[in-house]
Amino acid sequence: MQSVIKVSNLTKHFKGLTAVNDLSFSVNKGDVYGFLGQNGAGKSTTIRMLLTLIAPTSGGIELFGMNIKTHRSEILRQVGAVVEKPDVYKYLSAYENVALFAKLSGVKVTDKLVMDQLAMVGLASRAKDTVKTFSQGMKQRLGIGIALVHNPQLIILDEPTNGLDPQGIADIRNLILSLSKERGKTIVVSSHLLSEIEQVASRLLIIDKGKKLVEGNANELFDPAQTIVEIETTDNAFTLQQLQLSRWQSVLQPQRSHSILLKLHREQIPSLHKSLVEMDVQVISLQPRHNLEDFFLQITSNNQHVQAFTN
Amino acid sequence: MYKLLQIELYKIFRRPRTYISFLAITALVGVIQLGLVKNGDDYVNFVMGNVMQSFSFDGKLLNGYLVCYILLQLLLVHVPLLIALVAADMISGEANMGTLRLMLTKPISRTQFLLAKFTASAIYTFMLLVWIAFLALFVSMFLFGVDDMVIQKTNYLVQLPVGDVFWRYVGAFGFALLSMLSVAALGFFLSNFAENSIGPIVATMSVIIFFTILSTMSIPLFQKIQPFLFTTYMVNWKEFFDPKVNADNAVIIGSLQHPDRIIQSALILIFHIVGFVGATMVLFKKKDILS
Repeated sequence: MQSVIKVSNLTKHFKGLTAVNDLSFSVNKGDVYGFLGQNGAGKSTTIRMLLTLIAPTSGGIELFGMNIKTHRSEILRQVGAVVEKPDVYKYLSAYENVALFAKLSGVKVTDKLVMDQLAMVGLASRAKDTVKTFSQGMKQRLGIGIALVHNPQLIILDEPTNGLDPQGIADIRNLILSLSKERGKTIVVSSHLLSEIEQVASRLLIIDKGKKLVEGNANELFDPAQTIVEIETTDNAFTLQQLQLSRWQSVLQPQRSHSILLKLHREQIPSLHKSLVEMDVQVISLQPRHNLEDFFLQITSNNQHVQAFTN
Repeated sequence: MYKLLQIELYKIFRRPRTYISFLAITALVGVIQLGLVKNGDDYVNFVMGNVMQSFSFDGKLLNGYLVCYILLQLLLVHVPLLIALVAADMISGEANMGTLRLMLTKPISRTQFLLAKFTASAIYTFMLLVWIAFLALFVSMFLFGVDDMVIQKTNYLVQLPVGDVFWRYVGAFGFALLSMLSVAALGFFLSNFAENSIGPIVATMSVIIFFTILSTMSIPLFQKIQPFLFTTYMVNWKEFFDPKVNADNAVIIGSLQHPDRIIQSALILIFHIVGFVGATMVLFKKKDILS
């Protein structure tokens, strides 16, 4: 498989802070690559280094088989990006912004090109309006339109669903899927909305405190048959004690909130419910949690084990 | 580079802020010209009263050339502030809007980006001076006519024949362009350190005002540092109106009393422009874009 991005031992130190620590990963052609991490994990710093906005302290970055330091312009001609907020010139219209950045990207600007781009992100009817009159969602869509105007092979979207309503989020998800499946683009998406990433990403990288925690195919990283079940009762300490003495002891999970977590197959849930009744536990709620989200939290949070309830 | 320059100029002239300077200059010049049309003779009598008691003058003392000189003395103190509005916003404004990171993810080098930006601010400065020249010189020539230009210097009086004035204004405006470009370069340099426009604009204005005060006050302590302040050299456009005189104290047409001062001042200003822009480039090329 042809590698579009190859990052080797990437490190970035700021004053007294290591934002990215010996990070290595690769993105293959055609991947929709999900880039996950909590706030401050180093996702945006890594993306900025990929785009030459930040210089790495050490390590190497290759895009399309070329070194980013020595072939910057050639590489960036093939990359479209939205970094954090899609900020554009607010005193210019949507049309003028797209035309301006198309020109900067080395594209011959035609009315058709600009209007097609605006139509793709649903802004054709607002082409002549200044951006200062746009909502956050419209700005986000305009930013994506600008990122795609030069038909790049690699698209990097840093938190593209930030500030969007559910419909806007669905639109972006569909756009990512369409760009990947219909146009064969390679896409890197970072997001804190894990359910969104799960629906689009073919491969995932999870980082925490600048370090890689796990990388791989989405379906390899978690077993879809396994479910985390979250239980909240009137007396969690008592419930936990009972569970530890029961056959459910082996599936108890580290705890992060005021609830009890168990990892089990979905078909075991009725049996668990029955056991809880038999233990005379007063259940407030019992709900299966999202797989990937739980997986993500499980490996990135500071683990606080079930014993916390009993101490 | 040409494409980048076009884009930068487009951005400058699509911003309402840009036109504040042109409107301010128009209003200021217009008001002063109106005042001089109405009460110009009183003003001349007041300013040159002592001289007029000792000499008699034929012709029009208050003519377009003198009005332009009066206007330039006033304007060239204020114009730097208007230039700072645009030049000090060039990098920080982009950082503030968040467009800096988008611009720098495009296939353009940071050096090209900065050169285009500074060239665009230099063109804006040039256009502002052309506008000043149009209003202060040509409109004044139209309103007040032309005649010999009489200027009162500290210890002497200069009378420039009408045919020997226009080229001096061309030189003075050329020199003023260098002065204003050094202000633009300072604003550009300070713009590199901030992520909002207000800081570098205020900092540029403060430096210019502070240095100008130090440059113009005849206090021995200040006089020691005046040669090291670029603002000291910014006012040397006036040297174009200081001609050589012959043994009969008559002006030698086409001459300058101190051409060396003009050349030295121009070189010092060019050195500052290159220094500020060069330092901006060195710092900006290494800068992490975190905005």
